[in-house]
Formats: sequence, structure tokens, C-alpha cells
Amino acid sequence: MSAVDRINGALRRVPVLPLYALGFVPAAVYFWLALQNRLGADPVKALEQEYGLIALQLLIAALVVTPLRDLARVNLLRFRRMLGLMAFYYVVMHLSVWAVLDRQLDWPRIVEDLTKRPFIMLGMAATVLLVPLAATSTDWAVKRLGALRWRGLHRLAYPATALGAAHYVWLVKAWPLEPLLYAAAVAALLLYRAVRGRQKATVRATGARRTA
Amino acid sequence: MLIRSRPTIRYSEVTPKATYLNRRQLIAGVAALAATAPGLAAAAKLNGAPSPYSIGEPPTALEHITTYNNFYEFGLGKDDPAKNAGALTTAPWSVAIDGLVGKPGSYALEDIVPAVLEERVYRLRCVEGWSMVIPWIGFPLRDVLAMAEPTGSAKFVAFETLVRPEEMQGQRGGFQTLDWPYVEGLRLDEAMHPLTILAVGLYGESLPNQNGAPLRLVVPWKYGFKSIKSIVRITLTEDVPATTWNLQAPNEYGFYSNVNPGVSHPRWSQASERVVGAGLFAARRETEMFNGYAEEVGAMYADMDLARYY
Repeated sequence: MSAVDRINGALRRVPVLPLYALGFVPAAVYFWLALQNRLGADPVKALEQEYGLIALQLLIAALVVTPLRDLARVNLLRFRRMLGLMAFYYVVMHLSVWAVLDRQLDWPRIVEDLTKRPFIMLGMAATVLLVPLAATSTDWAVKRLGALRWRGLHRLAYPATALGAAHYVWLVKAWPLEPLLYAAAVAALLLYRAVRGRQKATVRATGARRTA
Repeated sequence: MLIRSRPTIRYSEVTPKATYLNRRQLIAGVAALAATAPGLAAAAKLNGAPSPYSIGEPPTALEHITTYNNFYEFGLGKDDPAKNAGALTTAPWSVAIDGLVGKPGSYALEDIVPAVLEERVYRLRCVEGWSMVIPWIGFPLRDVLAMAEPTGSAKFVAFETLVRPEEMQGQRGGFQTLDWPYVEGLRLDEAMHPLTILAVGLYGESLPNQNGAPLRLVVPWKYGFKSIKSIVRITLTEDVPATTWNLQAPNEYGFYSNVNPGVSHPRWSQASERVVGAGLFAARRETEMFNGYAEEVGAMYADMDLARYY
């Protein structure tokens, strides 16, 4: 049995449900630290940034599943729904910290931010794109929509992740390395999807011609 | 807030003479700092006479003031300067004063810092939308400028931070965020304004390295990045000097960069600020025009369109 087979075998034995609980642990720990005033001088900003960063990392992790399966034959498909949903929950927590603790539900200023600040608009757009994905994350929704339509809809994860990465690059001062690295990772993953999609289309087309 | 444009009593009346720091003590303090630098533990005691320019608000905790810094020479993270600035040697230290002055030259720090220092409790408003209250120890910049005797054609003052990659790790490596040296500038009348100080300490002790030791500018009515740290050069010029953040993003950071709740940063509002140290559920603070110093400094900008000259 190869190493990859052993990894896949071990992964098959990992139950998914407890991972949701595990996924909320960092959120709870950061919130606890913030309450204790142990998250630095500006706990609101720190909490906002931690939740946002974890959301982006989870979105990227969900995009890594396919290339990992294609290129390394490691199969994480069972965990992709969990990754996507956890990303959505972290986006919601990130947005909530911003609206409640940072902007303090000052609606006129929230509306001003949402209409005037491009980086906030990008973040909000990413959030909006993720809502239908979270809403159709159940097996029932897949059956109801049909696999093809469901897959089409869930390609919204690509623009949502790209918007999230752009949101991060745009909000910082100057050009620190970290947001650029995240953006590069997202660009590479999306490029992989594009190339793979084209190859598949070519294979299908040539296959169709041969059988014709 | 109780701020008068002019002190109604002299500092000597406020502070007993015995508590004035004499020159010898100060030099001893600087020397002690040199001997035990790097690091926070090396802080030397500094006395500052109370100033009528101080705001009557409780200062932010020292821990926050010394661990939440933007000092890109030591890294981009807020906690990087506290971790990395210990490597900086701050003594001996000299400041070149040149350009349009009668007495150009390299001045030793001890020759710039006066015997009598003041404590100025100022609010620092960062362009990122947060603020702290810091009890600076320092002296008016205009005293140093007067010493160097600016010529009649001098209209601006340019400042420059140290470049020393071997001690400033943010200046090392292939990926540099800003061009070094960090440079800043003021109009001459802003530089001569009594609110504008050079700080050598805070909280009654010499400046921690991460706060800009051994000598930094503090201009309380402007966004924090104007208050340049670890100064090694002061140049009097006729033309507007280049400033680092303006070079980086001219549409976002103007030469003036006065605190102004009515003029947004292109990417975020400046109408209010988070108060550092106030906790998770604290209310935001409404940002004040000129950071609360409108009465003192407003006249300098009376005829200017502040949306254009941001």
C-alpha cells in the first residue's frame, strides 16, 4: 500500500462532524482573549483581522482540495463542505465584529462605508456571494438543484475567494508581503482551475469527435 | 479640554526649581541609557515640568504605548517594533542640522536637549483610525531651530530618520515596503508653533526605542505618521520637502495631513476613532478638528481648502 493510500485510508476514518466544533475553537479563544483585554492595544481590530484572516485561509483550503486530489491523489473531498461552511461562519463573525464592535451599529456610517469604500464593498460582495453557497450546502439542496446546476452555482466560491483576497490587499497601508502572498495563492489556484477546465473541455471535444 | 494658546503662568512657577532636571543629570541619564541599551529596562528617569498645553485626560497604559507602534524600520506588525527595536544603539547620537541655517553642523544630542524639559500630555491620532493619550517629555522644536538660526529664505523644515539596516531589521531584505530613509516635513510656521515638540521621553522616562528614541517629533494636530522618529537630520528648505507616505500614496497622504474628521481617507472615514486601551465594547470617539487643537492652530490654515490640502 502506497503512502498516499495510507493517508487516504486514515482520512476516511476522520469523522467530519467534530471538525465543525474544532473549527470554532480559534474564534472562541480569540474572543475570550479580547474580553480579557489580552489581544493587544486594539482588541476590536485584532479580533476583526483574526476572523477575516481565518475566513480567507479556509476559503483557500477549500480551493486546495481539487488540485491536491489531481496532483497528489490525496482526497480531502469529504471535508470540503466543512471547510466552505466554516469559511462562511468566519466571514459572518468578521462582518459582525466590524458592524457591532468596530462600527457600533452606526447605520449611517455603515451605509457610507458600504457605498464609498471600495475595499469594504469588495468584502461585502464576497460575503453576499457566499450566502447562496451556505444556503445550498445540504445534500437535500444538491438533489433539489441537480448536480450540474449545483456545481455551477458553487463556482461562486472562485469569485468570492478572489474578492476576499483583493479586500485584504486593498485594506492595508503600503504593500506588506502577507496579503500579496495570499493573493498570489488565490491567483494560482484559480489559474489551475481555468487550465484544468480547458483541458477537460479539450478532452471531451476530442473524445466526442472520436466516437462520432 | 483646557488648552490656552499661551501659558498664563511660567513653567518656573508651576514646577519648583529643585525638580528641574539639570543638565548634568540629563547627560548622566543619556549616558546611562547608552551603557545599558538596548531595551526598555534601560529607561532613564526624566522629569518634565507640567505644561498648560497638556490635555486633562488620563494617559493610555504604558504597555499599550510601547507595544502598539508603527515603526516600519523594525517591521510592519504593530508589535514588531517592541520586539525588534532593542537592537538599536541610541548613544552616541547626533543630529545634522543643515540647509538654510546660519549655523549648520552636526549637533550632539546633549547639545540639542535643553536642561529643562516639559511634560506634554497629547492625544496621538493615527491615520488608521485609533488614538492614544501619551505623556511626552520634550521641548519645543522652535528652540532647536532658533539655535541653528534659519535664514530669511527658509520656508520648510525637513526631517530624516536613521538608516541603519544592521540594527533596523525592517530596512534589511529584498522586500522593502517604504523607501529609506523615512522623511517628513513641516511648514516653518508649523515647526515654530509652540505645540510642536521634540520628545526625548514619555511617562517620566527616556523614550523606549520603539517609540522613536532618542529623539522624535510630536505634532499633536497632525496624523501620527507626521511625528517622525529617531531623527538624524533636520534641514531647512525653501521648497516643500518630500514626505515618505506622500511618496508612497500621494492621493491618500498629503503633505499637511492635519487631523480632520471632515476629510476622509480615500479608503476609510476619519470621522471617529477607536480609543486604544478602552476595551472590546468601548464607544468610538468622535474625532476632533485638528485633533482638538483648532483654537491654537486653526489660524495657520485659515485661507486653505483643507479638502484639497489634506
